[in-house]
Amino acid sequence: MAKRDAPEVNAGSMADIAFLLLIFFLVTTTIETDSGISRKLPPWQEEEQEPPNIKQRNLFIVEVNSNNELLVEEEAMDISNLREAAFEFLDNGGGVGDEACDFCQGAADDESSVNPQKAIISLVNNRGTEYGTYIAVQNELVAAYNQLRNREAERIFGVTYTEMENAYNDPNYNGDKEALKEKIGAIKDLIPQKLSEAEPKS
Amino acid sequence: MSKFKKKSSAGQPAISTASLPDIVFMLLFFFMVVTTMRDTSLMVENTLPSADQVEKLQKKDLVMYIYAGKPSPRYAERFGTEARIQLNDKFADVDEVQQFIFSEREQKREELVPYLITALKVDEETNMGLVSDIKQELRKAEALKINYTTRKGDAADNM
Repeated sequence: MAKRDAPEVNAGSMADIAFLLLIFFLVTTTIETDSGISRKLPPWQEEEQEPPNIKQRNLFIVEVNSNNELLVEEEAMDISNLREAAFEFLDNGGGVGDEACDFCQGAADDESSVNPQKAIISLVNNRGTEYGTYIAVQNELVAAYNQLRNREAERIFGVTYTEMENAYNDPNYNGDKEALKEKIGAIKDLIPQKLSEAEPKS
Repeated sequence: MSKFKKKSSAGQPAISTASLPDIVFMLLFFFMVVTTMRDTSLMVENTLPSADQVEKLQKKDLVMYIYAGKPSPRYAERFGTEARIQLNDKFADVDEVQQFIFSEREQKREELVPYLITALKVDEETNMGLVSDIKQELRKAEALKINYTTRKGDAADNM
């Protein structure tokens, strides 16, 4: 009897099957966004706390009303100028004696903050404010802090603060993580992020 | 009868498509790896605001998600157009947030509980009233680490 070859399986439709799978995955999956602005909430307190005594000059009040308009230190302001205004407030360095700020490069205005450790930014929003506006304001304020932190980190360690944070969060980073953490901590101590949020007015 | 067959010179040879499946499989694997399945289906509109000072969330298993926004068009008839909270797969009221946090915590190993982060995925048109109500509840539940999930972009686009 003649030897018969095993019939070859036709693989022509393999591409079709693979395409089908490909299209299925393309349609059903979404690349999820998992980045954002991290914040820490203050712990819950039952009774009303006595507000701490803060000098007016160390307080930078940002208010947002229900029409998404900005009121910074009782003056209307556009969102594009907020970052610069907050930065100038933080970097003012108007303190003398114990409160002096030895690295600030600001105008040392008598009406503005004494040093970044004392400076507090207070954000008051209205219940009717849109979330998008709120995030924009938060973003600008965080940016002001990052700008100052970057400048100081660059001066002290030669790398910017954001670069250090990125390296610290990078699981593939193969340098000394402990040293990096210390450096980040030093900058955070130098320029603490004091961003207070009041309960919204209705 | 010659030993050598004459090459048939009829037309051009067809392009071989034998490697097409390989290419498609490569694409398929790429998409399978880079994309993640959504574990909850969204019932609210969720256009996230954009910001540029973002940090990336590292460990995905340590994140609890709270969604908020207007109900999607197909739920609008039943739930109205007022912005609502979505926990897991259903709409919830503000006072259910604490319960949600506690039940999420129970599912996690005890030593991981302090590292849990709550990601707020809130539609950009939502009023801050709802968001600050959620924040109050989170403070009560002692879930203090939060992350406002945003898209990467210019923050001025939100205004």
